[in-house]
Amino acid sequence: MKSFVFPEFHIIRDEAKCGQCRGCERQCAFGTHTYDPVQDRLISDDYKCAGCQRCVVFCPKDAIEVRPTQSPYRQNASWTREKMEDLKKQAETGGVILTGCGNDKPFRIYWDHIVLNASQVTNPSIDPLREPMELRTFLGAKPDFMEIKSEGDDVQIETKLSPNLTVETPILFSAMSYGAISYNAFRSLATAACKSGTFFNTGEGGLPKEMREQFGKCAIVQVASGRFGIDAEYLNCAAAVEIKVGQGAKPGIGGHLPGEKVSGEVAATRMIPTGTDAISPAPHHDIYSIEDLSMLIYALKEATNYEKPVSVKIAAVHNFAAIASGIVRAGADIIAIDGLRGGTGAAPKVIRDNVGIPIELAISSLDGRLRKEGIRNRCSIIAAGGIRCSADVIKAIALGADAVYIGSAALIAMGCNLCQKCYTGKCNWGICTQDPRLAGRLNVDIASLRLSNLICAWSHEISEMLGGMGINALESLRGNRDHLRGVGLYEWELEVLGIKGAGE
Amino acid sequence: MARAHFADPHTKKTAQGEQRVNTAEIDATNMETKELNGRLRDLMLSGVQKIALRNVCGQRYIGTRLYNPERRKVEIEIFGTPGNDLAAFLFGHKIVVHGNAQDGVGNTMDDGEVIIEGRAGDVLGFSMRGGKIFVRESVGYRCALHMKEYEDKRPVLVIGGTSQDFLGEYMAGGIVILLGLGGKSHEGNFIGNGMHGGVIYLRGRVEKEQVGSQVEISPLDGADREIVDHYVSEFIERFPELGLNKEEILRDEFLRLSPRSKRPYGKLYAY
Amino acid sequence: MPRKRRELYNKEICACSIFGAMNRDGERFTGAGVMSAIANMHVRGNGLGGGFAAYGIYPEYKDYYAFHLMFTGSNSDAKRSAKQDFDVFLCENFDVVYDEEIPHGDETAVSDPPLVWRYFVAPRKCGDEANLSDDDYVVMKVMHVNTKIENAYVFSSGKNMGCFKGVGYPEEIGEYFMLDRLYKAYTWTVHGRFPTNTQAWWGGAHPFSLLDTTVVHNGEISSYGTNRWYLEMYGYACTLQTDTEVIAYAADLLMRRQNLPIELVAKILAPPIWNSIDRMNEKERRLLTALRMVYAPLLMNGPFSIIIGQSGKMIGLTDRIRLRPLTAATRGSMFYLSSEEASIRLISPELDSVWTPNGGEPVVGKLNNMT
Ligand code: SF4
Ligand code: SF4
Repeated sequence: MKSFVFPEFHIIRDEAKCGQCRGCERQCAFGTHTYDPVQDRLISDDYKCAGCQRCVVFCPKDAIEVRPTQSPYRQNASWTREKMEDLKKQAETGGVILTGCGNDKPFRIYWDHIVLNASQVTNPSIDPLREPMELRTFLGAKPDFMEIKSEGDDVQIETKLSPNLTVETPILFSAMSYGAISYNAFRSLATAACKSGTFFNTGEGGLPKEMREQFGKCAIVQVASGRFGIDAEYLNCAAAVEIKVGQGAKPGIGGHLPGEKVSGEVAATRMIPTGTDAISPAPHHDIYSIEDLSMLIYALKEATNYEKPVSVKIAAVHNFAAIASGIVRAGADIIAIDGLRGGTGAAPKVIRDNVGIPIELAISSLDGRLRKEGIRNRCSIIAAGGIRCSADVIKAIALGADAVYIGSAALIAMGCNLCQKCYTGKCNWGICTQDPRLAGRLNVDIASLRLSNLICAWSHEISEMLGGMGINALESLRGNRDHLRGVGLYEWELEVLGIKGAGE
Repeated sequence: MARAHFADPHTKKTAQGEQRVNTAEIDATNMETKELNGRLRDLMLSGVQKIALRNVCGQRYIGTRLYNPERRKVEIEIFGTPGNDLAAFLFGHKIVVHGNAQDGVGNTMDDGEVIIEGRAGDVLGFSMRGGKIFVRESVGYRCALHMKEYEDKRPVLVIGGTSQDFLGEYMAGGIVILLGLGGKSHEGNFIGNGMHGGVIYLRGRVEKEQVGSQVEISPLDGADREIVDHYVSEFIERFPELGLNKEEILRDEFLRLSPRSKRPYGKLYAY
Repeated sequence: MPRKRRELYNKEICACSIFGAMNRDGERFTGAGVMSAIANMHVRGNGLGGGFAAYGIYPEYKDYYAFHLMFTGSNSDAKRSAKQDFDVFLCENFDVVYDEEIPHGDETAVSDPPLVWRYFVAPRKCGDEANLSDDDYVVMKVMHVNTKIENAYVFSSGKNMGCFKGVGYPEEIGEYFMLDRLYKAYTWTVHGRFPTNTQAWWGGAHPFSLLDTTVVHNGEISSYGTNRWYLEMYGYACTLQTDTEVIAYAADLLMRRQNLPIELVAKILAPPIWNSIDRMNEKERRLLTALRMVYAPLLMNGPFSIIIGQSGKMIGLTDRIRLRPLTAATRGSMFYLSSEEASIRLISPELDSVWTPNGGEPVVGKLNNMT
């Protein structure tokens, strides 16, 4: 059937500069560029281009430019180009529109409407380059009080403390499974996490056996509805276990890794046959209710001899604060909430763009809820979904989170340009693919260095901002909404965020 | 509080007179789940190989905390009714239940054997990847859900009676055998919904409408017969009290349910 | 400046353990057994609610409506004054034959108990109300109390039966009301609660009841908004914002007011899926199609298992694809329903039969001498 969809990108090749090296042809897995031996020149098919900018960056002669095309349609605020073209694709295929990355629609980004405080006169600001500045954070359940026994100078702790994760900076890598991302990308995250004193999250694709000894200590291993690659060894080699209930990009939706992406190694790690679809059902079929979740939490605690904190990750949806409160009561040590703009390797676009609530509002209402119920101590909160810079991190913490997960930010550090074609398995940057030729493009040493640089830079910036507020330990900012003010927000939004308007 | 006591682990001579097996007993009356499993773990680590649990009543996750890198194995006998998630994540141990079991038996089980001398509840063998479960009578909803297999790991579930709805939903591997003993007809619906691996053998009949659209119903071939033959023998061995006759069982019609495709949802998306 | 907020409803979400025991010969027994049975499922609850419904406990007043009231308030004076308000209303609308504080144990053993009182009453209808049946009259008055009289809450209003509930683990609540010593019933249903939040309010515990229908429930109903939207039209004020409340109202509407048998009510609350209906014979298909058309808003969508108690009856039902557990068992004249089999075995190690009913299929226990 003839497609009525217009190309999204236009490729401009400077013929004067192009040396016919055919580099672009090799770089583009979508097959955009082909060499025509008759004319001895390269021809590009705009229709195939995903706009990932790989060929542009890697053209040795700087001869290529890839530009988004202008909408060819008459201006229409209701029937936007995207709406029309998605509709045409569906008319042509009868299928669900898939996409990757996080929600790209213009929902209000609250981070950009919140401003931070700084000390002036009454309280000195601190210079983080010379004064101590502490970002260390413990993630896990804390008792409400500590019982001690003292005999003279000898003080014994009587309360049995729950296992906690220690992070040196409140930034963790979000769940990205081996299978969704390449081995090199996965290993880069693990390497950088260990180096930076933080954790990476295996997602639901298992943890390759040969990585367990070296990286298990900085791994949060996930147990998701597909239960891939899970056995007692996997659970016990890690620092923590996370039950994935939901994901911000696709709350209430399962996933499935298409058979093409299930290569021999992916299959071995997931412990399924090569080439089969790895289907993650929408719910965990052993969790239909809150007490079932409790049962799984305790089954995992049993399986790890109560030595590891158990986290539960849910998508931020309408009633989530009440649900999260139940999750804490069900025994979770950490709650990870993933907001509306959380990323994904593949999700139906209609879900990604329409389900869930923004993370900023979610953090605030969850923290408030748990404090109101007097159970905030019993768990830590990790916020995820749309954290783009250190300021977002610090605002999240001031709103009540203990730490954040970053996903898209980490991918961008490795080279991703958010082309949203992750689900095709043809990622030219070697991140979201299992094609050995493409995956090999990502060098673990370089990618992990880019990641640890990012963590290092953000941590410095966080220290600077803290210092400016006269705070030298991150815990003094947690839930400290007094250091936040809103700009350009409605009353109800300020109320949900629990912050005053600027100047108030 | 828990009035638990456990007999000193003592050694018992086996028939051969040579091998010594360390055995122990726990009275689980009023004992909390966590304590019971803690004791089991301690006994295993102290070298006990056979443990009898008396008066079990609803304690969960029995067998779950017995992961050990040295791969020690124990055999547990349960008297009473174990609670949910029996043998979850089981790591190669053997568990015999002298009675019924509840929901979630063998959840994500890795290896080992569970024998239930009675019926079992819902979601039995969920995401199980290895080992065997034998249930003398029938099972509840959603058994063998998303059961998997990998290389030499092929989980086996043999059920003497039948199952309620959603047997083998999302099934991705392994073998399920329903024997329909005692004239039990298979009335469950939605069998094998979303099935994309593994195989279900059923003694007796099912209607096409009872099985998922991805599932193909076919007669057994030689290889299938061998498998069924083998596990029927194992089933009979484990429940001698039933006085079953293998030939009689095998003489009846069996059906094979298997997925039409490894990719049930391949055509759903527009790229 | 204080902000005016729109009226928003906040649904409570909770999950739980449920248990029921009935002697079908009508022999009455104390609550001791069900208390230990529910305690055995301790881990399914979280101590934020427990409750009991007991049938046959007031034979001496069996012709009168037995009202159980909670009076809440920050101190005992506030509770007393709530009671005064209620007493005025009660005396205007009912003849009270007997009333007393419901006996209970040590108040410090439970958290923040309300004043709990019982009244045995007969309707005193006047004017237009004379046209109402007694039951309708009682329902109307109960709704009035629960929505209009502050700090007074009727949590049980049937004849020869009563609910006992509160904040705590069910075994603690049973102990508080001394159910193992003071009462004998032929049916007991029990609930251990696991709410996802802590509006630690005694009235929020289960069972939920209206007249002699009580419901204990496990699960979350995703159709709550729709069910409520429909029931409100029939005059049910869903003040508690719990799933259990709408189930009780739906049961009242369908069984008492519209007189449908439980078998059909089950097909309304948990109808077979269209796929199955399409395979039925013509007559059945027409019936089920009609039920689904007419009562679509009462489909309880999402996971639930419930035990409905009524005079002389105990009914177990799960959602149509049985997403929540329910085990049924019998031993002689005893009939049991439970979230877990172990709890039944605890009080009756030997059983004649044990089964897990199919999703959407009610299991019904009836008194043998009932007509
Ligand atoms: S998809 Fe990427 S590599 Fe291919 S042509 Fe477009 S920008 Fe270049
Ligand atoms: S991961 Fe690769 S395919 Fe996905 S958006 Fe980034 S560059 Fe594109």
